[in-house]
Amino acid sequence: MTAPVLAVEEIGKSFKGFRAVERVSFSVDAGELLALIGPNGAGKTTTFNMINGQLAPDHGRVRLGGEDVTRSPPRALWRAGVARTFQITQTFASMSVAENLLVAILSRESATGLLADAGRANADEIQARLDEVGMGHAADTLCSVLAYGDLKRVELAIALVNDPRLLLMDEPTAGMAARERGALMRLVAERARQRNTAVLFTEHDMDVVFGHADRVVVMNRGRLIAEGTPAEVRANPLVREVYLGSTIGEANP
Amino acid sequence: MIASFLIQTLNGLASASLLFLVALGLTLIFGVTRVVNFAHGSFFMLGAYLAVSFHGFVGGGVLGFWGGALFAALAVGVVGAVAELTILRRIYRAPELLQLITTFGIVLLLKDVVLYTWGPEDILGPRAPGLTGAVWIFGKPFPQYDLLLLVLGPLIGLSVWLLLTRTDWGTRVRAATEDRDMAAALGINQALMFTGVFALGALLAGLAGALALPREPANHNMDLTIIADVFVVTVVGGLGSLPGAYVAAVIISVVKAWCIGIGDVRLFGMAFSFSKLTLVAEFIVMAIVLIIRPWGLFGTPQSPQRVSAASILPMPVPDVKRLWPLALVALALLMLPLLADRFTVVLATDIIIFALFAASLGLIMGLGGMASFGHAAYFGAGAYAAAVAFKAGAPFFVAVPAGVAFAGALAMLFGWFCVRLSGVSLAMLTLAFAQITWAIAFQWDSVTGGSNGLVGIWPPDLLSGKTAYYFATLLLAGAAILIIWRSAHAPLGYLMRAARDSRIRAEAVGVDVRIIQWRAIILAGAAAGLAGALYVFSKGSLSPDSLSIPRSVDALAMVLIGGVQTLVGPVVGAAVFMLLQDWIVRATPYWHAVLGITLILITIIFPQGIVGTLRQWRQRREGGP
Repeated sequence: MTAPVLAVEEIGKSFKGFRAVERVSFSVDAGELLALIGPNGAGKTTTFNMINGQLAPDHGRVRLGGEDVTRSPPRALWRAGVARTFQITQTFASMSVAENLLVAILSRESATGLLADAGRANADEIQARLDEVGMGHAADTLCSVLAYGDLKRVELAIALVNDPRLLLMDEPTAGMAARERGALMRLVAERARQRNTAVLFTEHDMDVVFGHADRVVVMNRGRLIAEGTPAEVRANPLVREVYLGSTIGEANP
Repeated sequence: MIASFLIQTLNGLASASLLFLVALGLTLIFGVTRVVNFAHGSFFMLGAYLAVSFHGFVGGGVLGFWGGALFAALAVGVVGAVAELTILRRIYRAPELLQLITTFGIVLLLKDVVLYTWGPEDILGPRAPGLTGAVWIFGKPFPQYDLLLLVLGPLIGLSVWLLLTRTDWGTRVRAATEDRDMAAALGINQALMFTGVFALGALLAGLAGALALPREPANHNMDLTIIADVFVVTVVGGLGSLPGAYVAAVIISVVKAWCIGIGDVRLFGMAFSFSKLTLVAEFIVMAIVLIIRPWGLFGTPQSPQRVSAASILPMPVPDVKRLWPLALVALALLMLPLLADRFTVVLATDIIIFALFAASLGLIMGLGGMASFGHAAYFGAGAYAAAVAFKAGAPFFVAVPAGVAFAGALAMLFGWFCVRLSGVSLAMLTLAFAQITWAIAFQWDSVTGGSNGLVGIWPPDLLSGKTAYYFATLLLAGAAILIIWRSAHAPLGYLMRAARDSRIRAEAVGVDVRIIQWRAIILAGAAAGLAGALYVFSKGSLSPDSLSIPRSVDALAMVLIGGVQTLVGPVVGAAVFMLLQDWIVRATPYWHAVLGITLILITIIFPQGIVGTLRQWRQRREGGP
């Protein structure tokens, strides 16, 4: 049996004595979309940041295709085939959409030259990758003037430049109009299945979670309390209790 | 041995008190307003001069000295309040870098105010009445006044701490330090408090200046000397920490005092002068702290700097068809010696050299977003290395590359530390490095010629004519400028801008931000070194001025006048700056004040510089973004 793309093993983190995350374990397989959900303060973001290299876990392991990548910095994770998007989009504001992708390509190719022409050689690849996310028309537009939904697509295109085996998305649809959310997630799901990419995302919008995730992991107060298909999780009494006051299936306040 | 060791420790503690008072004021102001006040050393200097004048009016005695200290403190407090009301108030929302430069404008302005009011000579100040003797400690004399200072520093620190923790006003100040917006939402009158805190911080610096008088005469170097020390203290102690400021002041001062106390010793058969190593000791202390705790002993890690999108200008790949003005300029530069007189050719040589210097700073500041208040360190290092190599017998064509290599190596050393910091801490670190480099050039008589510098450094016969040297400069500096411009749209430039725009996004796509920034600093350092090497051969002589902080500020001014986030900006800025300087220096001796006011106005009114502002106008006219 091959190792899962991402395996999180008993990771935990405390902040000044407060146990934000305790012994959380789960895994994501190739081509699978796994949603990590939970009420505010459940430890989703802490867990997420321990996986993407921004936080070092106090204990436990993070494995990528069986290989231990615990405490690897973000740039090492990128080279190992992990890409991510941010809750609040992070793009290079002084550059055009095409140049944003160019940076990721330069980094992929470890190009740091002083005199080489950075732009020309990669124009075809950039155009193709922008077309994939439906942003081909905006290659020369500055990122700072894009609408938020378009910026999200650009960020996705940047993340996909590396053909990652694992894509981490922190609240991919936060701040987007309801109509755009489904379109973005369909794009992600389509890409994941085509290229066999594993996708882990956190999300507040229950429509997005239950509409697009293959599996759902639920956290509460730092612990993992449920795991299963969307239908299983929806039926889980413990999950219902945690989300008491808001019926699952509606948008979470 | 033990006794002299103890005496030197006490001596260090007395110096620490003065340093602490200035650092305390800087920290208070930073805590509430988030502005690092570069002019704090100027407030210190102003305090010293005001106390001298008060003493002159009132005469000696208790009133003359202590009344003078009180008067100086209050008067500098008022100056601080006026500076806050007229200048600082307008820049609280501006990017950090611009704030630093605005306060540097105040440094230059006050420098000339002092020069105008008190003249260029050092003035001996009064000694504290009744405290002019010495007490005997372990059979060694120790000045009574220093003993008082030693106690006074912590005592004033304690009263400020009580003011902050035990009074209503202090509670509000602490609230604003924690969360400025929340404090405002709770109805705290921010405007009044900011003025008050600024005045208090200035008052402490003025008091320290007055209290420093029995130990050193009032002089024109006080401002930059103390501010460089205070920056070292702040970087070591941690920005914004009161106990950190005291502990760091003690560590730095005591280590320096020990070095002086050890004096000349023989180690392994070689004579070492520890008293000349004080600056190196300071550097080593700072380096060790930065390696172990980059955010300082008592500081907290910096949150990633937020860059507001509005402050970033795009830098599109230039359209070849639009480059014809550049070709015209190049043609004009080639024709210039045919049309112009000898004086103009020399001025043009200077402009080209400084254009390279400014372009090299523009590379790390504009593309990299890294402020440098000590870029002259590399300029001077290149100049000194070339001059020393020449004096040792190397010909021009070896000496110039030696200057470039040495400046690049120095940038490699300093840059290693610089990439660990960002924002204001980085700016303070670069200034401290530059001041240390300056002091080494100033003190190392046997190699650098000390304050006299080096003379008789001329190019070979082939280039000895002013026109020939002009063409050599145009070729070498021009090529270097073209490389810098080119690099903006090469991989290095894109990765630098990526790291500037969004560090976490850059790291998330695999960019090793520190390595990229380090490379950029080395490249910029080497380019500045080339400018320095060309400069020394064009002038024939060299003094420590070539790596002083005002020289660094010249480069900053050029970059800002032209526009920091444009490629041609620094070069245009250098030309405008040199022409203005040439004109104003002949018209008035107060060039610093003019430059200071210019800097203040630019940062407030035209933060994008000449080229940036022109480009915004053009884009607005074309209806583009």
